[in-house]
Amino acid sequence: MNTHDQDRIQQLLREALPPTQPAEPARDLWPAILQRLHAPPVAALRTVPLFDWVLAVGLFAFVAIAPATIPVLLYYL
Amino acid sequence: MRDGESSVLDRFRQGDVDAFETLFRLHQRAVYGWVLRIVRKPDAAEEVTVEAFWRIHKAHARFDPRHSFEAWARTIATHAALDCLRSHRQERDSLTDSFAEPPAPATPDPAVTAEIRNKTALAFGRLPPRLRVAALLAVVEELPYKEVAEALGISVTAVKLRVFRALRLLRQDLQQQGITP
Repeated sequence: MNTHDQDRIQQLLREALPPTQPAEPARDLWPAILQRLHAPPVAALRTVPLFDWVLAVGLFAFVAIAPATIPVLLYYL
Repeated sequence: MRDGESSVLDRFRQGDVDAFETLFRLHQRAVYGWVLRIVRKPDAAEEVTVEAFWRIHKAHARFDPRHSFEAWARTIATHAALDCLRSHRQERDSLTDSFAEPPAPATPDPAVTAEIRNKTALAFGRLPPRLRVAALLAVVEELPYKEVAEALGISVTAVKLRVFRALRLLRQDLQQQGITP
């Protein structure tokens, strides 16, 4: 993509999406923030990423299939 | 920095909610305006602003009072807005919500029809969020690369690269739709 193409696509993008105008929230957001601050913490289970669950399940399956590897795993932990 | 403001920042760092509210009142408009530039929908911008200030409060102990609160808050808000765009991206229906009906520009180019503007906006909505945000801030909002880099927590070179990749992908998408920019 040459400079002319780049300038043209930038111009097109500005045409399609004009810059936003200065604005402020339509409502007072402080009550929502306070509510968020005082909300009980989300259950730990829900905050664990999916990848960690997959890793844990994989590790558990591996140990179940090959229990002899437990001392090796413990050594590296 | 004034003594009063410095004291508020120190108290905020210690977890004082009153100091946090003072900072929120001082900076909410700037943070909301920044977020709106990224998510481009007022209701989503409000949600992200709440999320951003919640993250700011959670991270209070990590704030260095010698640095600018506004810049720090802006970085956190940028990441919250990016997360919002990513989560919307997973919901295909709302993928292009923010870009479905772009407002008409103040001085429209007569060669660019409403259909082309609409297709450009939709194609832009299909870009990966991290590229989209860089292009929005640097190209659409015409902010200095340095400011965009600070907000995204990346180098100026990385911002330029993301903008270039965004424009290239946008051009390819439009070409596939038969639009030659």
